[in-house]
Amino acid sequence: MTRRQGDKETKGWMDKDTRRSDRVSLSPLLRVPLYLIPLAFLALFYFYPLFSIFRLSLAPEGQPALTALRGLVNTPYYARTLWFTTWQAALSTLLTLLAALPAAYVFARYQFRGKSLLQALTTIPFVLPTIVVATAFTSLLGPKGWVNQALMAILGLDRPPINLVHTLAIILLAHVFYNYTIILRMVGGFWANLDPQLEAAARMLGASPWRAFWEVTLPLLRPALTAASLLVFLFDFTSFGVILILGGPRYATLEVEIYRQAVHLFNLPVAAALSLLQIGCTFGLMVTYTRLQQRITVPLQLRPRQITARRPRTRSERWLVGVNVAVMILLLVVPLLSLAERSLSAGQPGYSLAYYRALSVNLQSSIFFVPPLLAVRNSLLFAGATVGLALTLGLISAWLLARQRGRLGRLLDPVFMLPLGTSAVTLGFGYIIALARPPLNLRASPVLVPLAHTLVALPFVVRSLLPIIRGIHPHLREAARVLGASSWRVWREVDLPIVGRALLVGAVFAFTVSLGEFGATVFVARPQMPTMPVVIYRFLGQPGVVNYGQALAMSTVLMLVCAAGFLAIERFRYGEVGEF
Amino acid sequence: MKKTTLLFLALVLLVAAGCGPTLTPAPTPTPSGPRTLTVMTHDSFDASQEVIAQFEAETGATVKFLKSGDTGAALNQAILSKDAPLADVFYGVDNTFFSRAIKADIFESYASPVLADIPDALELDPQHRLNPVDFGDVCLNYDKAWFEEKGLTPPATLEDLIKPEMKGLLVVENPATSSPGLAFLMATVGHFGEDGYRDFWAKLRGNDVLVTAGWEDAYWGQFSATSDGDRPIVVSYATSPAAEVYFSEGKYAEPPTGNVLGDGACFRQIEFVGILRGTANRDLAEKWVDFMLSPTFQADIPLHMWVFPANPKAELPEVFQFAEVPPKPAWVSPEGIDQNREKWIEAWTETVLR
Repeated sequence: MTRRQGDKETKGWMDKDTRRSDRVSLSPLLRVPLYLIPLAFLALFYFYPLFSIFRLSLAPEGQPALTALRGLVNTPYYARTLWFTTWQAALSTLLTLLAALPAAYVFARYQFRGKSLLQALTTIPFVLPTIVVATAFTSLLGPKGWVNQALMAILGLDRPPINLVHTLAIILLAHVFYNYTIILRMVGGFWANLDPQLEAAARMLGASPWRAFWEVTLPLLRPALTAASLLVFLFDFTSFGVILILGGPRYATLEVEIYRQAVHLFNLPVAAALSLLQIGCTFGLMVTYTRLQQRITVPLQLRPRQITARRPRTRSERWLVGVNVAVMILLLVVPLLSLAERSLSAGQPGYSLAYYRALSVNLQSSIFFVPPLLAVRNSLLFAGATVGLALTLGLISAWLLARQRGRLGRLLDPVFMLPLGTSAVTLGFGYIIALARPPLNLRASPVLVPLAHTLVALPFVVRSLLPIIRGIHPHLREAARVLGASSWRVWREVDLPIVGRALLVGAVFAFTVSLGEFGATVFVARPQMPTMPVVIYRFLGQPGVVNYGQALAMSTVLMLVCAAGFLAIERFRYGEVGEF
Repeated sequence: MKKTTLLFLALVLLVAAGCGPTLTPAPTPTPSGPRTLTVMTHDSFDASQEVIAQFEAETGATVKFLKSGDTGAALNQAILSKDAPLADVFYGVDNTFFSRAIKADIFESYASPVLADIPDALELDPQHRLNPVDFGDVCLNYDKAWFEEKGLTPPATLEDLIKPEMKGLLVVENPATSSPGLAFLMATVGHFGEDGYRDFWAKLRGNDVLVTAGWEDAYWGQFSATSDGDRPIVVSYATSPAAEVYFSEGKYAEPPTGNVLGDGACFRQIEFVGILRGTANRDLAEKWVDFMLSPTFQADIPLHMWVFPANPKAELPEVFQFAEVPPKPAWVSPEGIDQNREKWIEAWTETVLR
């Protein structure tokens, strides 16, 4: 449905002026309403609830709550929190880049067996609840974990040499673990469409491989690189579960502090002021980014990936692929495998499917029991709705932003990213106040779930699409026209194949964001449509090894559904789209 | 401009409705259709299908549950929505949040006739805005096998925890982010008094206490009896050992964990139900409160929520023989908690973390 809608819209543009194909004009009668759709969505489900909760928190009886805010400026604790939030995010982003960039190159330039499976596996961490990831890390790196046991045996130590419980190191490791896939997919996807002949030409002219990369490839790569880094930074900047659970009580980001103030102390003025600070930082960062982005975007010679990727031939090429695959397996796949292994073995001798069987037995005839397949169905329903909504809105938004290079564009672009920098609990509370009256009384409606997911997914779709849309070379369209292609054919055979790849990347992220239950839905009153993460948390809420085993079994099901979903999305073919 | 905006608002909603499941109508009862009672509660709430079906059969109404996060998050949402209530009834306010709920004035008085069966000690509100449903104790659990293997005597009192041989054994939850964490802090305030609890925590810190954000990461991440962690003492519930037996598929005949039941080592949490101010279904809401306090629902509580029913007429399941009741739990009044929560948590953070 989404795709068809997209076709119609873009076809409309293409029917018009093609001489200035970079700024295709559409009659304002159609264009303005079209652009209004994503803006109305943001206004209704982001700005309106946010404004409501801020007004209630900061000026409860029409008077600004100044006394509560004075402490904010006077207490050095909050300044320290902001500082920690910023530098840990910067450091995490840098480490994620270091770990994932070589893999992005390998994925862009080489074909090898198991590539798409490996790529699907790297995205799974994204959907796993932090508490589950924490148990996986403990089973590998904890005092009784494999690594410590092995080191103790090899080195003859009597105490575990690695202690990562509640350290900065485990925060950074977890951030790399979660966000690796953003760099791999966004940069790798973009890189795959760059023409390798450019770099080859530089080499031919005598440039060293390093210089060819530095002076040819890197400048071309910059739009995708900055977009992906920005997303990783924002995710780390608003990090919640990783800081709270893995980092322990000595570390706090703004997001953690907002949650503490809003939920446990019910200190709404301070929570709102900290939320505003967080949103302000996001906006400032985005404005800087937008200015930078406009300077570095150049029209590109994009190529289909069959041409750009090939099998590794020389020994050093095979070695390069091998090392990167090994790092990915160690960093990302082994923790996932250890979870799956424990779902088969926890608390019992040998392996069995006992916990999987237990998933479909309602032991206590609980009213909240959900058969596993129903939870999978609910998750997929929400994820499907989110993908549809996010791609539709994202496509319109990206075209809108690509065309607005003036002041309006510089203002609008950051606005689309704000939901990522907004604390989930603040927005969740905003929904409670703002969406209380018919026809908008959605507070207890299942519709609110995909809407909230879309808010978080939209920035991913927009960021995936923008570099590509801005990079489409106007000559390509002109050439097609000159050769006699109809405007429909131009769009189908020039624009769509190029944008299609980025659309798939956006779809993968929208799907992931929804399956992993990101953002405001955690704090929205939930109707009886439990998803997989909800079921996992229900099991983890009570003692007993059977509950633990079932939580792990459900987590494994979540991983499998997620991987199957990615593979399905990547196999998705529409004309030549899938070929890219 | 305004017209186009409205037009496209409608369009967005259409897209949303088309993609998602169908919109549920607002919970206003129509005279012709069946009525719906909405119960807002925390994530830990659970009950049997048969029991809820019995209420629905008796009243002809449908019961809908809205789970809204942990106790604090759910209560805050109820307070924020008090001008347009999300539900008819709220279950799950405990004595640590009691005063916040009363002060926000979100509940209507209702003196249920069944209250006659409930012990007076559990009733905290003379105006009956909040009626007691169940109670449970936050206690220290220890790993029996670990202490046996090391030849150590498990702790029996709070004072035992600061002995040198208990160094590095305890994991607690952060009272700033966790309900059992706050309850355990209250136990130490109640036991050592306002003057003594900081000193106790300073000594615990010296004894290398580990602090986690919530119960899940303490119990599934650090407690040696239930995870790959290496801490044999954890802040949990007095019923957790019984739950370990019940949820072991017959692996355990005896609990693998024990409770520390010394004087003032546990803190009692009482959970309440109340009718939300402004409900359009006052009669149904009253019936629901009566039902929650009746022996039918009360007997269903233990195995679903692992707490004790407030009504002594309710029968306890067999596995509750392992659920011990501390003879002298610590006590801090709800008003005291409400007035001092922020101050005590701040002082605790200063003492233990900074």
